Amino acid sequence: MLGHLEVNPIMTPRSAPAAIEAQGLEKTYGASVRALDGVSFTVPRGTIFGLLGPNGAGKSTTVKILTTLSRPDAGSASVAGVNVLKHPSEVRRVIGCVAQKNGVDLEASARENLALQGRLYGMHGTDTRRRVDELLARFELSRDADRPARTFSGGMLRKLGVALGLVHRPAVLFLDEPTTGLDPVARSDVWAEIRRLAREDGVSVLLTTHYLDEADHFVDRLAIIDAGRVVTEGTPDHLKSELRGDAIHVALDAESSLDAGRQALSRLNGRLRDLSIEGTTLHARVDDGPSAVPNVLALLDGAGARVRTVTVSRPSLDDVYLKHTGRTFGAAARSSCNPRTSPRAICERCGASRCTW
Amino acid sequence: MQLTQPLIWLLLFGQLFKNVAQLPGFGGASYIDYLAPGVLVMNTLFSNGWSGTAYIVDMERGVLDRFLVAPARRSSFLIGQLAYWAVLTIIQSIILIGIALLVGARFAGGAVSLLALIAGAVLLGLSMASFSNALALRLRQQETVIAANVMLVLPLCFLSSTFLPTTLMPEWIQTVARYNPVNWAVEIGRQTLDAGVDWGIVLSRLGWLAALAALLGWLAVRSFRAYQRSV
Repeated sequence: MLGHLEVNPIMTPRSAPAAIEAQGLEKTYGASVRALDGVSFTVPRGTIFGLLGPNGAGKSTTVKILTTLSRPDAGSASVAGVNVLKHPSEVRRVIGCVAQKNGVDLEASARENLALQGRLYGMHGTDTRRRVDELLARFELSRDADRPARTFSGGMLRKLGVALGLVHRPAVLFLDEPTTGLDPVARSDVWAEIRRLAREDGVSVLLTTHYLDEADHFVDRLAIIDAGRVVTEGTPDHLKSELRGDAIHVALDAESSLDAGRQALSRLNGRLRDLSIEGTTLHARVDDGPSAVPNVLALLDGAGARVRTVTVSRPSLDDVYLKHTGRTFGAAARSSCNPRTSPRAICERCGASRCTW
Repeated sequence: MQLTQPLIWLLLFGQLFKNVAQLPGFGGASYIDYLAPGVLVMNTLFSNGWSGTAYIVDMERGVLDRFLVAPARRSSFLIGQLAYWAVLTIIQSIILIGIALLVGARFAGGAVSLLALIAGAVLLGLSMASFSNALALRLRQQETVIAANVMLVLPLCFLSSTFLPTTLMPEWIQTVARYNPVNWAVEIGRQTLDAGVDWGIVLSRLGWLAALAALLGWLAVRSFRAYQRSV
C-alpha cells in the first residue's frame, strides 16, 4: 500500500544540511530568568520559517544564540551545517541578521551604512559598491541613499536594516520581528521582499513574530514557542488541521457562573473538545460547529448562563496556540506587557491597538 | 565646534589670570605660555571622555550587535574606536598649538618637545577614552558617562599644575598632583616652554601614561567581554 506515502518537507538530501538545526537549547539569564528551556527545531533549506510566540517566550534569545551573539548554557545548534558553538566565525560568514532594533547608524547615510557593512564582511571596493547600488535599488532607497538615515521613516529604516543583513549575500537570514511597529503598507513591502528572497534567491529565512496573521499567511513552517519551549511545529495548515472540529468561543455575561456554563457544555458529550475558560469566555471545539450552536445556547440557557456572543469558525492559529499553551495568544501577549515600559495607545510590545495597558 | 571650549579656556583664563604670572614661582614666563599646554591637556580629557557615549548610542540602536554578528575581529571594534580618538587628539592638539602661537605663546623647547606633548596627550586621551568606554559598557547609561566626564575632568585639572605651578599649591594638593595622570601630561607640556628640556621628566611621564593607557585599555576589553556575555 502506497496510500500513506507522503513527501516529508523536512527531508533533504544528506549532502545538503538543514538551514538551521537547534537541539535542546537552554539559557538562563542571571540566577533565575529562564529564557530557554530546551528549544529544538529544524529549518529546511530555502524555506521561510517562523518562530511565533508572545514577548518573553524566548524568540529573541533563540535568534541571539543561533547568530553567535549569545551562548547557550546547554544544547547545540548548527546553521548551514556549521556548528554554532564550535565555529562561530564561520557561521558569521554565512548568516545575515536583522535585529529588532535595526542596527542602522542614524548619523550616516544609507550608502555609508551599507558600505561599512560590506567592509565588515571583508568585501572589496568595487564589489561592495556594486552590491550597495544593487541593494539600494532593490529596496527603493536609491533616491535617498545619501541623506543621513535619521531623516528616514520607520519603513525606510526597516528596509535599510534588511538590506544591511543582505550585503554579503548570506545563505541564511535571521529577522527578529521584521514588521513590528510598521504601518500596513510598509509591512506588506517588507513581506514581499522577504518572499522574493526565499523564492528567487534561495535564501533560507528564520523570522520571529508575534503577529498571528503573519505567521498564518507568510511562513512556510512555524514553531510555536512558549515559556522557553517549542510547543508545536509544522506548516500553518497542518497545525490547524490537527485540531478536529470547529472552534467555538462563547462570551458570557459577567454575572453568569462560568462553572455552571462549563458543566452545561460538558453535556454536549462526545462532541466537545479542549474546553477552557479565559476571563468570562469559554473556548472549545465541537464537531460541525454551526449545527451545534442551538444546542450550546439551549444548554447554557438551561444552566442560567446569559450569553453575550457566540463565534464559530474554522480553527485558527490562535486555537492552535490555545490548545498547546492553555491560553489564547492575546491573553499571553497582554500578560507579558509591562505598563511601565509600554504606556502607549498602541502597545509597543504586544502590538495590539487595544492592549488594555 | 569641538574647539570652542578650549578656546574659551585659553583666551578667557589667559586674560583673567594674566597678572598671576608675576607671582614668584612662574619663573617670569607669560601666563598664556604657561596655560597653553594645560588647556591642550584639559581639552584632550574633555573630548576623549565622550568616547563611551558612542557605545551607548550604538548599543541602543543595535549597531553594536550588528557589528558583533559580523565576522570581523572583536578587537578591531575597540582598537578602531581608539584610533579615531588618537587621530582626533592629534589634530586638535596641532590646532591648539597653532592658536596658542597666534595669541603670543612661545615654545622654547622646540618641535621635539611639542611632539612629546602631543604623544602624552594621546596617551592620556586613550586612557580617558578607555575609561569612558568601560563605564559605558558596564552601566549603559548616557547620563552616567557624561556626568563622570565632567566630575572627573575639572577636579583632576585643578589638582594638577594646569592653571598654577605646584609650588603655589597647598601641600596636600602637591601630593595629589604627584600621582595625578593629568599632571604627568601637563608636566610634559611645561617642558615645551623652556629651552633646557628635561628629557628625564618627559620620558618617565610618557612611560607612566603609557602604562595607565594599557591598564585602562585592559579594563575596557574586560567590560566589552562582560557586555558580550550579557547579550
